Amino acid sequence: MNNIEKKLLRAIGLAVLLTLNSVTTLAELNVFACEPEWGSLVQELGGDKVSVFNATTGLQDPHHIQARPSLIAKARRADLLICTGADLEVGWLPLLLRKAGNNNIQPGSSGHVMATNFVTLLDQPISLDRSEGDVHAAGNPHVQMDPYRIAVIAEALGIRLQQIDPDNAEHYQDKSRDFMKRWQAAIQGWQQQLEPLQGMPIVVHHKNWIYLQEWTGLKPVATLEPKAGIPPSADYLSKLITGLKQQPAKIILFAAHQNSRSSKWLAERTNLPLVKLPFTVGGSEKATNLFELFNETVQLLLHASQIETKDDTRNSDGASR
Amino acid sequence: MKRILLVTAIALASSPVMSDELSDLKQQIEQLRQGYELRLQKLERRVEKAEAAATQAKINSTNMSKIIDRKIAQKISASPKYKSTPRTKENDFNPAISITLDGRHASFSNDAASYELPGFQLGGEAGIGDEGFSVRHTEITASANIDNNFYGQVTTAIAEHDGETEVELEEAFVQTTGLGNGVSVTAGRFFSNFGYLNEQHEHAWDFADAPLIYRGMVGKKIVDDGVRVSFVAPTDLFLEIGAEAFQGDAFPAGGEHSGVGAWTGFAHLGGDLGTDHSWQLGLSHWSADDITNRTGGGHSHGEDDSSETPTFAGDSHISAIDAVYKWAPNGNMKNQHLVLQMEYFDRNEDGTITMVGSDPLESSTYKGDQKGWYAQAVYQFMPRWRMGYRYDQLDANNSGDDMDVLEEAGLFDEHHTPKRHSAMIEWLPSEFSRVRLQYNKDESSADSDDQVFIQYTHSLGSHGAHQF
Repeated sequence: MNNIEKKLLRAIGLAVLLTLNSVTTLAELNVFACEPEWGSLVQELGGDKVSVFNATTGLQDPHHIQARPSLIAKARRADLLICTGADLEVGWLPLLLRKAGNNNIQPGSSGHVMATNFVTLLDQPISLDRSEGDVHAAGNPHVQMDPYRIAVIAEALGIRLQQIDPDNAEHYQDKSRDFMKRWQAAIQGWQQQLEPLQGMPIVVHHKNWIYLQEWTGLKPVATLEPKAGIPPSADYLSKLITGLKQQPAKIILFAAHQNSRSSKWLAERTNLPLVKLPFTVGGSEKATNLFELFNETVQLLLHASQIETKDDTRNSDGASR
Repeated sequence: MKRILLVTAIALASSPVMSDELSDLKQQIEQLRQGYELRLQKLERRVEKAEAAATQAKINSTNMSKIIDRKIAQKISASPKYKSTPRTKENDFNPAISITLDGRHASFSNDAASYELPGFQLGGEAGIGDEGFSVRHTEITASANIDNNFYGQVTTAIAEHDGETEVELEEAFVQTTGLGNGVSVTAGRFFSNFGYLNEQHEHAWDFADAPLIYRGMVGKKIVDDGVRVSFVAPTDLFLEIGAEAFQGDAFPAGGEHSGVGAWTGFAHLGGDLGTDHSWQLGLSHWSADDITNRTGGGHSHGEDDSSETPTFAGDSHISAIDAVYKWAPNGNMKNQHLVLQMEYFDRNEDGTITMVGSDPLESSTYKGDQKGWYAQAVYQFMPRWRMGYRYDQLDANNSGDDMDVLEEAGLFDEHHTPKRHSAMIEWLPSEFSRVRLQYNKDESSADSDDQVFIQYTHSLGSHGAHQF
């Protein structure tokens, strides 16, 4: 062995010793949340007993993330991992789990939570074929825009927190109960506000609003990107515009993390108001937690619908701004 | 008589005087009845309210989610479109399978068969491939969690070498998932963690061909049978260290070994700067102390000496540094990104070179001193379109007691510094497909070569995960 090799071995030995010394006396539960909506939910249910790390921001597309070194380092120390599941994180999460060497959060352990496992998923494909775009075999994973499903997930997550950290079980129970009460009251409020929007025709960027539609009764009449991950053809877009003349929509919806180019293009041609919704916590400045996410979504929808009804000339000036 | 009296009495009773009293009575009864009814209604309402409150309390306290769940279930079952039948199929436990199709058209201004890198012994799969149309490695990967402790993966590649179709076992390994404390152990055949590109599958590379340092020093890639232990430190800064022990019978090692024929040590550091920037730095070292019978292509003078095979015996050590930096606005790689990447290899070898097949047998001592690096930038300027530039350079300064033998073995640098410029542009119609056009100004040897590749790389089946 030459000098370099000896030095390398010594360095490895030293690093192992150093890390063995740092005994893990953690006061808080380390939570790794793949998406900020679950980070926010864990924060609601765990309060000061949890320390939450969000792997993505509200301005990122959680499907197109890389297994970055920083994420591996965070996953290494997590006691609980909460992700959307249903293949949303398939491009990076399996790699993180394999690289992190953390048995707390491996599939099958109690620290591995996939939110979509607790709720029914819409849009389950009848046939699986990639010519239909990047289809998710389990169904549409973007469940965070349905407050009822959030409630179901919240209960399961609350129980999981109690299992992982039994010393603070009572704390989690209280927090869960408190959250449920506030969440239910909030749902009633939002539903009252959204009542007039029932059946309002909308254009969506792609099928990521399906749970919001189901909850609010908004009616999608056209989709800009009908196949997930595949840009629409010029032919499709021209048909879309003629179709919208026959069956007019009121607004165009797109998510903050999405590229707005095609939505803007359509808004210019149809004079429809363009509404940029946060889609998740952190998707806008105001959407700082789950409650604010829905508050803002409801306000933006109401605001945009009013602009449209007041303005019969269909001038899109001022819409969404 | 009595009957008549009774009749009169009744008749009297129904007389106006009596009827006044009666209607009073009736009214009183009616009022009473109405009063009772009101009170009853009030009571009933109160009971209803109490019951409703009780149910509400129940919902709030215990099984709110069940009620909600039912609501959702009703909503969904109301629309038959969303009804899903539970799927249980015999193949539900099949591993995830993905297939990579890789083909290209290549054109070279020089003869592909005479390709050489002066100062470097070309072994493994270091060649530049065939001209014209060719199907490259067709990879079939199957992977799955084996149980709660192990993950397994097999990659076979179907490829054509010298006119024969071969099935290669590229990877076949098991990896622990259940050890915890940041430790994982991998055993089997796997891509070494040496360098940066080595661990990646070829189809994940940003250019159609390997950097010259990989071509010249490791035979395109270090793949071997062995064991890897790696450890991720519990720190916010990513720190991974590990070591690998290999059989060491394949290029750039060689020969039969009863113990460990080659080994590596590696360390990776990495992190983020805000949401837009991320980086990784790697140091690694590959070493083989007892190489025998390592063969490689030599310097071609013509057709007469093709029977002579330069064979190396001795020890070999490569130290490597790699650095990667990625930029993506808001961390959305999909829309726009820039990737800067470089690697530097430094190899020292000590032993003898024998021209096997020569008569009389020619041999020389050999001290190898080889360095090289590449640097590349890849820019996704709009969704679905990427372009990149790469620069390669090698430097060999080998010595021995018979330079003629080294020259025959291709280990004399011919006073030339191998260089290469590469430029590429890619179109990615979806996550699963890619078409690439690449141009190389290849100055591997003194005779400069213009190379043009049109390559497609498509993946079928399960959605793979790619590393940083």
